[in-house]
Amino acid sequence: MAAWLWILVVVLALVVLFVIRVFNSLIRLRNEVDNSLAQIDVQLKRRYDLIPNLVETVKGYAKHEKELLESVTKARAAMMSAGSLAEKASASDQLSKTLKTLFAVAENYPQLKANQNFLQLQEELTGTENKISYARQHYNDMVMLFNNRIQMFPNNLIAGMLGFKRRELFKAPEGEKEPVKVKF
Amino acid sequence: MSLQRSMFEEIRRNKFLSYIIMLGFLILIGILGGVFGWLLGSPLFGLILAAFIGIVYSLVAYYSGDRMILRMSGAVPVTKEEYPYLYHIVEALAISAGLKKPPKVYVIRDSALNAFATGRDPEHSSITVTTGLLEKLNRQELEGVIAHEMSHIKNYDIRMMMLAAVLVGVVVLLSDFMLRSFLWGGMRGSRRRDSRDTGPWLILLAIILAILAPLFAQMIRLAVSRRREYLADASAAALTRYPPGLASALEKIKNDPDPLVDNANRAIAHLFISNPFRRTRSYFATLFSTHPPIEERIRRLRAM
Repeated sequence: MAAWLWILVVVLALVVLFVIRVFNSLIRLRNEVDNSLAQIDVQLKRRYDLIPNLVETVKGYAKHEKELLESVTKARAAMMSAGSLAEKASASDQLSKTLKTLFAVAENYPQLKANQNFLQLQEELTGTENKISYARQHYNDMVMLFNNRIQMFPNNLIAGMLGFKRRELFKAPEGEKEPVKVKF
Repeated sequence: MSLQRSMFEEIRRNKFLSYIIMLGFLILIGILGGVFGWLLGSPLFGLILAAFIGIVYSLVAYYSGDRMILRMSGAVPVTKEEYPYLYHIVEALAISAGLKKPPKVYVIRDSALNAFATGRDPEHSSITVTTGLLEKLNRQELEGVIAHEMSHIKNYDIRMMMLAAVLVGVVVLLSDFMLRSFLWGGMRGSRRRDSRDTGPWLILLAIILAILAPLFAQMIRLAVSRRREYLADASAAALTRYPPGLASALEKIKNDPDPLVDNANRAIAHLFISNPFRRTRSYFATLFSTHPPIEERIRRLRAM
């Protein structure tokens, strides 16, 4: 009788240890996911803050690009009102596109291209765009890892009990990406 | 996710090897100290002295080996205002690699094309590039090189390579130095015939050291195994999602006629992305030729 009891206790202890291990690793991974999402927000905010300066600088040299500048400002405002991750992602893509167009158009203005302030802003924004895409990549990798982990057996049993839920990728839904319309 | 798994294994392996290097260093210094103490009449004294020196130097190597290496290579710290472009790339790839904070940025003012990373862990790390690299590579290529260095940081290759440089390097220099002084002293001693009883022991010690020096050089060579470099290339490709960037950077590095000899100390040659002594054909250059063939690395990247 005693032997049976001991075996039961040992098995239970092993199960509890296993659950603790899985729980801790899932918590670590989930924190990593949250962290990398915060990293995207930091970079999005950085870009958001840089744009008014850029618009001001370009305005001084390229008076005829009013429409383009407005579309940049509008895309920037859309970033703020975006709610879900998918909305945010497609707003971000839209803003990236208008900025790319803006820098392409700037090529036509030699004086603007010679402006030190503009060059600095351009490098800053290119750098930030780059960081945004790397932050998204890292976040999506982490989400992938996390989602796989909580869906695989036997983790899925534990994850279900402890309330771990699948995370959403930072990705614009396909087909919603409109081509940019720019008048020259 | 096999890359992820091999990275975890690599981190464990590197941490383990770092301990082994430190332990090996302490044992070796202990043996040397013991033999010296014995010659002087008190092995215990020699052992204690050696243990003290060994432990202090190991701690210094662990906590500030990176600074020693940076000084040896002639790298200078630069600010974001001076090199915004380089900083942006380093910060972006640190985000991509999921590091908590980006490594510090250093520059070697040299027209050669080279780069290295060092430090004891990702939180205490730095990336150094030559100004030549900044001038001759485009953004994608520079991203490839920085991603390669970022992988060394993330994998803890930097800790292992730093200790190999600072601890093994000093043993090689020490044995080299002692070997020379023993050979000179030994000859003089035999001529004078007054140190007959210590003479044979000194010669024995000299022989031991003569064997040890190349052995340790071999260890440095092992520090840069091909596997380690190929893995860093593969992780770099995973970080940038653009293998052709690094491939074309390596192509440019390969074709550049300008090796980085001036500042590349022998002990730190294995840290660089490409061998800084390519052009020389001396005994030491071949002894320390640590790098896998660059053509093979390019071929693998192109095949990804």
